Amino acid sequence: MMHLKKIIGKVHFRARLDFDEALALYQQADFHLLGQLAHGVRLQKHPEPLVSYVVDRNINYSNVCICGCRFCAFYRPPGHPEAYVLTREDLVRKIEETISLGGTQILMQGGHHPDLPLAFYEDMLRFIKSRFRIHIHAFSPPEIVHFAKLEETDPAEVISRLRRAGLDSIPGGGAEILVDEVRDSVSPNKCSAQAWLQVMEEAHRQGLRTTATMMFGHEEEPGHRIAHLLALRDLQDRTGGFTAFIPWPFQPTNTAIPRSPETPVAYLRLLAVSRIVLDNFDNIQASWVTMGPKVAQLALHFGANDFGSTMIEENVVAAAGVHFRLSVSEIRRLIRYAGFQARQRTMAYEWVGDTEMGGHGDGETRR
Amino acid sequence: MFDYRFYQDLDLGDIYRKVQAGRRLDLEDGLKLFSCQDIVAIGAMAHKVRTHLHGDVAYYVMNQHINYSNICVNGCRFCAFGKQQGDPLAFELSLQAILEKVRARGNAPLTEVHIVGGCHPELRLSFFEGLLRELKAQHPSIIIKAFTAVEIDHFARNEDISTRDVLVRLKAAGLDMLPGGGAEIFSPRVRALLCPEKTAGEDWLKIACEAHQLGIRTNATMLYGHIETIEERLEHLVALRELQDETGGFLCFIPLPFQTANSGLTGIEPTTGIEDLKTMAVSRLMLDNVPHVKAYWIMLTVKLAQLALLFGADDFDGTVIEEKIGRMAGAESGQALTRSDLERIIREGGFEPVERNSFFERVHES
Repeated sequence: MMHLKKIIGKVHFRARLDFDEALALYQQADFHLLGQLAHGVRLQKHPEPLVSYVVDRNINYSNVCICGCRFCAFYRPPGHPEAYVLTREDLVRKIEETISLGGTQILMQGGHHPDLPLAFYEDMLRFIKSRFRIHIHAFSPPEIVHFAKLEETDPAEVISRLRRAGLDSIPGGGAEILVDEVRDSVSPNKCSAQAWLQVMEEAHRQGLRTTATMMFGHEEEPGHRIAHLLALRDLQDRTGGFTAFIPWPFQPTNTAIPRSPETPVAYLRLLAVSRIVLDNFDNIQASWVTMGPKVAQLALHFGANDFGSTMIEENVVAAAGVHFRLSVSEIRRLIRYAGFQARQRTMAYEWVGDTEMGGHGDGETRR
Repeated sequence: MFDYRFYQDLDLGDIYRKVQAGRRLDLEDGLKLFSCQDIVAIGAMAHKVRTHLHGDVAYYVMNQHINYSNICVNGCRFCAFGKQQGDPLAFELSLQAILEKVRARGNAPLTEVHIVGGCHPELRLSFFEGLLRELKAQHPSIIIKAFTAVEIDHFARNEDISTRDVLVRLKAAGLDMLPGGGAEIFSPRVRALLCPEKTAGEDWLKIACEAHQLGIRTNATMLYGHIETIEERLEHLVALRELQDETGGFLCFIPLPFQTANSGLTGIEPTTGIEDLKTMAVSRLMLDNVPHVKAYWIMLTVKLAQLALLFGADDFDGTVIEEKIGRMAGAESGQALTRSDLERIIREGGFEPVERNSFFERVHES
């Protein structure tokens, strides 16, 4: 058994934890201690009492997918009566709404559609950029790998073409757990861990910033979660291209993995360990979409310094039966009551609007 | 776990020393705790007290809630449940209907029924006595926890007898325990604004005291997050603590976050998770003489209730079939948790789930 005291000492001195140390801390440290250590790391990285959030919308251009991941409640196979590809009219309306609500970006992702060529996505990006001034955060690594396969080219070429068409950054989705023995079971048709990491490395090399996620609580072991964190940390050492890490628990309703969802205590422990282990990541996001506003608020004391997105629209978690809704003013209130000032940011973590007030009117902290 | 120096840096060194030594916190200490931004530090302190009292056990109960009627003469501003007689949404259950609800649970191993309702203008005390006798006759092993101090007060007025006499008669008919509802916030200022018709705070305490003297254990609640100040919350806790010093009759304290959705009060924002956990933790720290603190998941949400076990609470309440009061106020939690859900959530929080009865005695599987 690892000596916990020694590991805690390393965290205090900001020394990097190796796999065994990280796993021992994750499995053995007391709940409050993990929170306090993670919050200490967070305060050292961000001494100002600020919590950021982004105003954006998830646009799912299509739910048609040939991947068939067992954890997914969103996709429909080709030809299914509920299968869709978004029309240009819908796309325009969704973006106009986003901008009218103060949004700065759209997060665009979809299923692995078997027939749409890369030119479809290039056209979509050009179309959006020709009509709107908005940041396009789109196409997770598995989509890019899928596009490359269809186009019989490599991901580097796909990234380059998408970038030229207007892609601004890449979301960290599809990471699930970056360990192939887990992926082989839960998402056998999706790109490998190595391929996911290579897409991100290439994107960073081409100057695109990206985020990174982890979906935990399905069939992986605790050690797989730590291995995932270390794989991200290694890549970040090489590129520095990740802006943020976002872990969230798998939501099992309507999926092919029957189990109970991870509970808040498990979520906060994982979040805290992520903050401690990912010493080269600037930002850790809380996931109110899966955990609800009350737990997400507490996450701000367990390592998270970002409240994520306002999610004007969200479909993937909703398909798994989880429906939380938060307005900008409610997000700001939750942040204030947690003891921080709320600031709207962009994907690149630059402040939006009046830096004092964030441009959304700020009341006094309640009571 | 965190040491004196850690708390000293938060200006909580003295409070930490008092808690370590088992000395009582005063109202000023409570204010300091509430104003501290470090929720994890406050939670860890409350957790220490909770662990000292209960180890790593978290309790739950197999129970059924029954609301016999929503007809109420009180009209409290915060209530989404009460209706006037004649209102199309008003209901009252017959004796048979209530008995049927318990019978309908079939073989579910209930140990408790929790029965409360509005202050009905016409239902007589004899109706409730009959109900208790029938329930006891049909389900001799089920503990009946029924009628808040507010209902006891109402029955006394209706019958023109003393509250003590009401308690004596109900006890003789089979009443085992009083739930803790109707306490709201004791402050006369708040009650004058929110629930002027309702039993005054001092009368609530007097009725709890009478119950304790008659050997009837009770719980106590606090409804927070509406128009009360932090001082008024702390005064509420101190009032309970003082009565508990006298009688020792309170078993469990239950802080209840006000549900804003469907109440008659406008302009009030719902409590946040951190506020709920802080109130839980400070309650545990202030109420040094009340054995149990409950995370009532119906009001808190199941997710926050699990976390509350690490912020001072030791009880998860129960399976709570058919609760209506929190539900109609907009509480979003589902109607019932199964035993396996409850046990899993407790275990995943790091605790050993223990089934209890209303008196917090362990229930042994037969």
